[in-house]
Amino acid sequence: MAVKDYLRERFFPHLWCPGCGHGEVLGGLIRAIENLGLSKNEIVMVSGIGCSSRITGYVDFHTMHTIHGRALAFATGVKLARPELKIIVPMGDGDALAIGGNHFIHAARRNVDMTAIVMNNRIYGMTGGQFSPLSGSNISASTAPYRTIDKSFDVVELSKAAGATFVARATSYHAQQMTEVIEKAILHKGFSVVEVLTQCPTYFGRKNKIGDAPEMIKWFKDHTTPIGSKAKQEHPELIERGIFVQQEGPEYCEEYQKIVERAMKGRS
Amino acid sequence: MAKPKLKQHHINRDWCKGCGICVELCPKNVLELDDQDKVVVVRPQDCICCRLCELRCPDFAIEVETQE
Repeated sequence: MAVKDYLRERFFPHLWCPGCGHGEVLGGLIRAIENLGLSKNEIVMVSGIGCSSRITGYVDFHTMHTIHGRALAFATGVKLARPELKIIVPMGDGDALAIGGNHFIHAARRNVDMTAIVMNNRIYGMTGGQFSPLSGSNISASTAPYRTIDKSFDVVELSKAAGATFVARATSYHAQQMTEVIEKAILHKGFSVVEVLTQCPTYFGRKNKIGDAPEMIKWFKDHTTPIGSKAKQEHPELIERGIFVQQEGPEYCEEYQKIVERAMKGRS
Repeated sequence: MAKPKLKQHHINRDWCKGCGICVELCPKNVLELDDQDKVVVVRPQDCICCRLCELRCPDFAIEVETQE
């Protein structure tokens, strides 16, 4: 199937701003699904609120557009009821780690078999450019006219510590790598997290004078490096990308089924 | 493997928002924005069919078709 066969074309052109990275993530995600040869009927996409969460409206899968930060909780319910389906949860940085921070760490801890895609543009775009827990310090935002104080979360380290069994990072510049990483994340049995660094030219770029969308994409090229590269040793400030964790662990739905069998004592 | 040869670029002018990502990141400088800020192919003979424009377009507005 072609990429457009997975889209709800009647809603296009989409509502994202010119140069927004979320469209690129949507493209990468669809190419990953196309490469894996998955049928539209075996995928459930669940999202919360935010620019990034509008992504569920544009794909022709089973989709749920739920409440802010709680997409993973809804997704856990779907997975427990229908464990044979593939669950993909695209989230923004604020949706995943501020409003939904608790759901995020506990979904990772439980190791429910689903794929969380954190589209990290380091700002709340939909509501007007407020800083998020992933903005980092010394960032200009509409709620930080004299720049931010807070340090940012490191999505990879946080996911690792919370117990996610697959953790990766990609960027919107490295489009092919993004697709490869998402493919592996979807195939992974257990909770997988893919952080995708994306650009918000309208708010983050403009307020921090990084430039327009092409300039922001090039920033990812210049400021990231593959895991364990020599460049990272020489320039420790570079952000690493690639697959950080890929390991097996007891999957929640399978363990739950064992409990059901134990409780039924073979009577079912 | 033989090098892919360009058949044509498909551009959806209704979906293109003129962000300029494809123009700026094309390694062969094949594309430009016109006076309406929509992408146009000005140097198709230079296209190497790397598809980076297609992969990075946030709006699904450009597609590279190659000859079989």
